Amino acid sequence: MDSALILWSRAQFAMTAAYHWLFVPMTLGLGLVMAIMESIYVKKGGEFWKKTAKFWQKIFGINFAVGVATGIILEFEFGTNWSNYSWFVGDIFGAPLAIEGIFAFFMESTFMAVMYFGWKKVSKGFHLASTWLTACGAAISALWILIANGWMQHPTGMAFNPDTVRNEMVDFWAVVGNPVAISKFFHAVLSGWEVGGVVVMGICCWYLLKGRELEFARKSLLIGSIVGVVGTLGVILTGDTSAQHVAKYQPMKLAAVEGLENGGSRAPFSIVPGVEIPGMLSILATHDIDGIVPGINDIINGYVDNEGNVIPSLEEKITRGNIALSAFQQYRSNVDSDPAAAAEAKLILDENMDYFGYGYIDSPEEVIPPVDMVFWTFRIMIGCGCLCLLALLLSLWFAYKDKLSNKKWLYWFGFICIPLIYIAGECGWMTAEIGRQPWTIQDLLPLKAAVSGIEAASVKTTFMVFVIVFSLFLAVELTIMVKAIKKGPKVEEQNN
Amino acid sequence: MITYEFLQNYWWVLISILGSALVFLLFVNGGGAQIFCLGKNEEERAFIINSCGRKWEFTFTTLVVFGGAFFASFPLFYSTSFGGAYWVWMLILLMFVLQAVSYEFQHRIENKKWINLFRIFLVINGWLAPFLIGAAVSTFFTGSDFHVNKDAMGSLNPIISTWGNGWHGLEALANWRNWAFGLMLVGLSQTCSLLYMINNIDDASFNAKTRKRLIITGPVFIVLFLITAASIFLSNGYAVDTNGVVTMEAFKYLHNLLQMPVALIMILVGVILVLCGIGTAIFSNKEKCWKNSIWPFGIGTVLVVMSLFFIIGFNGTSFYPSSSDLQSSLTLANSCSSPFTLKTMAIVSLLIPFVLAYMIIAWRAIDKKSITREELNESENKY
Repeated sequence: MDSALILWSRAQFAMTAAYHWLFVPMTLGLGLVMAIMESIYVKKGGEFWKKTAKFWQKIFGINFAVGVATGIILEFEFGTNWSNYSWFVGDIFGAPLAIEGIFAFFMESTFMAVMYFGWKKVSKGFHLASTWLTACGAAISALWILIANGWMQHPTGMAFNPDTVRNEMVDFWAVVGNPVAISKFFHAVLSGWEVGGVVVMGICCWYLLKGRELEFARKSLLIGSIVGVVGTLGVILTGDTSAQHVAKYQPMKLAAVEGLENGGSRAPFSIVPGVEIPGMLSILATHDIDGIVPGINDIINGYVDNEGNVIPSLEEKITRGNIALSAFQQYRSNVDSDPAAAAEAKLILDENMDYFGYGYIDSPEEVIPPVDMVFWTFRIMIGCGCLCLLALLLSLWFAYKDKLSNKKWLYWFGFICIPLIYIAGECGWMTAEIGRQPWTIQDLLPLKAAVSGIEAASVKTTFMVFVIVFSLFLAVELTIMVKAIKKGPKVEEQNN
Repeated sequence: MITYEFLQNYWWVLISILGSALVFLLFVNGGGAQIFCLGKNEEERAFIINSCGRKWEFTFTTLVVFGGAFFASFPLFYSTSFGGAYWVWMLILLMFVLQAVSYEFQHRIENKKWINLFRIFLVINGWLAPFLIGAAVSTFFTGSDFHVNKDAMGSLNPIISTWGNGWHGLEALANWRNWAFGLMLVGLSQTCSLLYMINNIDDASFNAKTRKRLIITGPVFIVLFLITAASIFLSNGYAVDTNGVVTMEAFKYLHNLLQMPVALIMILVGVILVLCGIGTAIFSNKEKCWKNSIWPFGIGTVLVVMSLFFIIGFNGTSFYPSSSDLQSSLTLANSCSSPFTLKTMAIVSLLIPFVLAYMIIAWRAIDKKSITREELNESENKY
């Protein structure tokens, strides 16, 4: 398989996902903030809350289009760049994508139009419902795409059918109720609330720094901080659950994230290289200080897990993977001519199916993700996230006590958190996705067996085109957003 | 009795509905294509952008759902076509990305050069997106150069679907029939957008101008449609026998039409409605009639497109044929999802009427009052 093709296909998908993830969290978080603002307007009345709600809806709208545009590319890239994947697991993976489109995208786009163009066309109640449904549509969209993503990290509810040469869904609820997907959904949506809260806080801090829009800034800051703090606390809780899932289902990812070469019980947590907390990794991963956390070498050489199961070495997994592939070939060549031989091959295939993907692996290096990269992205995520939480807590405290005046240090701190929260979000995704390399589907389908049969040069060209297009759009969006923020909600007051 | 075959057919009908809805919603692109040639001043351009542009999310979402539904129900098509005809699909995606961003950005930016740039993007999208979609859909009739080998999964080069040439879909442009289909869709999108704007905009002078333009656009579209229809019904088609063996059959699509009365009635009624829509908009003196001409045209479009989907999917036909390896051609039976997935998704699809209901309610709420000059001058929420 052409390694350049795999590299450029990965680069294109990663780049699209990275751009997409710049816009989605804000859609999730700001959606909730603007819906709360409009609810207050409907309950209390008055122009202040109406203008406040409209201002945040304007920011939401500016952010929305590029998020949608990058999202459509992502969906179709499964077909264009990972066509083998699309057939091999399309029977399972396509369903959540279709459900997302039918229920979430239509809801989001339909009510977004009412929210933006309907202020003078529909009643207050209809408009408020539309705003909430726009926000809900974004969350429902996240649910289904994360069910799909969670399934890639921990495939459940399916069986391989050698006649159709694909995995087929046998239990819809196992796919939907996949614990990895559920924790990922809450982790991602709550991180969106954190992003929304931090962005609101940052913008309000900028107004406070400039001494403008003071009432608007104080009140928005209070609501933004509440949303942000709730989101961050939820992110911490769901992050804990995610860590346990990774320890259980993707031990290599955990070992890479921790840079853990040799594991065991009482595994230490490395804050930065050389600074460790003894036993902490075991506690985080298993909630037991004596819990076993395998290191990279343990996974390569084989180990015994916390339930006493013997996990085979990589060499044995590759051997059994080769047996599975060979049995599959035997089955296919005999299925029409020699049913007995085909049945025998099917038995061997079933016995070794758990290691099917390892049949495509050639060397141990292939199954080790880039350790340095995921080690640092994880720590940058935690560091930036903690700084944002501190800023949110301080903002909430001072806003609640009505002591926001003359705190330039806080304004600057809050404002600086805007880029920090985006860095945290991007690093989070890099940890989750790079950490599971080389698997498109954990243990089942490595990159080299998932990619499309196209030329690397074609993918390189489209990669370059999308980099230019997305970068241009990001630059224009930021320009428009900065201009809208500089104008502030007062401009709308003049217009009214 | 819900059989596997019934589920395959059910999902093909759903795909047909989504595909026909997408074709109708291409009026958004058609409007974008005419920003400069129909909109001679800023007010007229604002009419076009606010009328068609406010529906871009519907077109975009329908395209995404169309893709998602294909992925869920016929994944071998998704992997073969998207991974093979790479350049065509990438260009289509790029066009829709331009559309989404341009409608949103062109009214929020103040620099005139940038405004014009985003509007030029809308023009490019307006012409190229329908053309490329039309050319891609046309290959459902004319065939593509691909090979499917599921046994490859057991090898070290496990590519199931391979494309036969390095043009990856662009070779479709070497066939005049694909050009005809693409241009016909461009004509349809522009005709549809004119009819939609006549209905959606309440301005005597602009309405008159739009109707005048329809005198040229409408007949051009009808001629292109006749050429496309002739190229489909007079050509050979890809027939599939009960054992799944694919052969070429003369006048296959015409035979399908004659052998499937539902498809025949749909296309005949559809064509009559389309002609009624165009004719009423051009010739009627009654405002109520010409204002509402979009509805017969729109319903007719949906019926004709659905009928075309029926004749390529049903009655022993390959819906995505391979011109270089007939037995690799995709049929509903060999490319669909498992019975379990089709059944599960069929249950999920029972909620679609609920989705349609709220879409209709929301659409009506927005379009209840036609767009006027006063609204565009006074409202802050506009494109």
